Amino acid sequence: MADMKKQDIVGDFKEYTLSLYDGSEKTVYVTEVETPFPEGKLIVSRTDTSGVITHCNDAFVFMSGYQEDELIGQPHSILRHPDIPKAAFKDAWDTINNKQKWNGYIKNLRKDGGFYWTFATIIPNIRNGEIVGYASVRRKPAMNKVEQAKALYQKMLAEEP
Amino acid sequence: MKYNFTVSPDFPPERIASWYIFNTWLQKKLDIAVHLELHNNFKELQASIDNDAVDIIYTNPFEAAGLVRDKGFMPVATPQGISDEAVIVVAADSDVDKVEDLKPGVKVALTDDQDVNMISMMMLEPAELNKDNIELSNQDNYVLVAKQLMNKKADVGFFYKAAYDELSGMIKSQLKPLVTSEISVIKHMFLVSPRFKEHHAALQEALVTMSDDDKGKQIVTDLGFEAWDKQTQEETEFMIDLMDTLK
Repeated sequence: MADMKKQDIVGDFKEYTLSLYDGSEKTVYVTEVETPFPEGKLIVSRTDTSGVITHCNDAFVFMSGYQEDELIGQPHSILRHPDIPKAAFKDAWDTINNKQKWNGYIKNLRKDGGFYWTFATIIPNIRNGEIVGYASVRRKPAMNKVEQAKALYQKMLAEEP
Repeated sequence: MKYNFTVSPDFPPERIASWYIFNTWLQKKLDIAVHLELHNNFKELQASIDNDAVDIIYTNPFEAAGLVRDKGFMPVATPQGISDEAVIVVAADSDVDKVEDLKPGVKVALTDDQDVNMISMMMLEPAELNKDNIELSNQDNYVLVAKQLMNKKADVGFFYKAAYDELSGMIKSQLKPLVTSEISVIKHMFLVSPRFKEHHAALQEALVTMSDDDKGKQIVTDLGFEAWDKQTQEETEFMIDLMDTLK
């Protein structure tokens, strides 16, 4: 996956290198600018079995800061923020590959380097007993739960090798 | 052979005559006998479904999930440009101005319209409210939900947006919407039972072309829609998957 572009970033940023699930690496630029989750909306996306985005709704496009044609065909990890530990994503993949629903609080990275917190649910799309893709729905989180998640993820990141 | 048609009981009472007119149109168009049975609440509807007494149904995705996955119903069409949304409402003079102002223990008036209830519960999550820390007060219809708020017998009401919009101005003036969902991808749909399979294609064609002539267009308009869009099996399965994420 392509690195983020510095010219897209709005505000002061820090540089990180992400190690992705497929073994590749990506450079990202991260600011402290938070975009609040819009009231009543759901961010909906759909991926193939490899996690490549095949569909996303208007709320997804708006919150990510990307255009729809910049998202379709890209791995869902285009939104991955360095503050979320690898173990959280591994848990999500293990759960959905086991044909189960996964829930969790996730900080997503925007194209402009900012972020937004969501309560995310991912479910496998099962047709005739087989997983044909995944659907992700993200909604407005309770701020108290976000604070708990922040503390947990900081601890997990500190313990990462 | 006579088929049974029903509509989920979440449409405004003013539309009852329009659904009977639609059924007359349907019978003429497909040249079959169809009996329209309207139920007073979702409990009655479920009993009818459990008794396999439904061949054609216009219903919400929550009901559709069980019909498609457990009973082999097939999707036909959805209303064009209209999605299922919910509104969280309090009394106009309530101190509550946003969802986050709501506290555990609030009394919620709601109907047995499960897709509205699911969407509404999702919108209460930012206040850390869930079914274990709120009190539920089930009502038979949305007018009664409104009355619970107006009479201070409930703190919060869950409404189907289409039903809230059709409340009288007098009632709405005594209410205050806190948040309205903007999900856009959850829609009511027409479904048919396996018993109706031989007429599925004809019904789908009749519905998607219904607004092409003046008479059909008028009937659709009277139901509150502009036209019908074809609904595929995969679109329906995906909508059901989305409903699962809200459970």
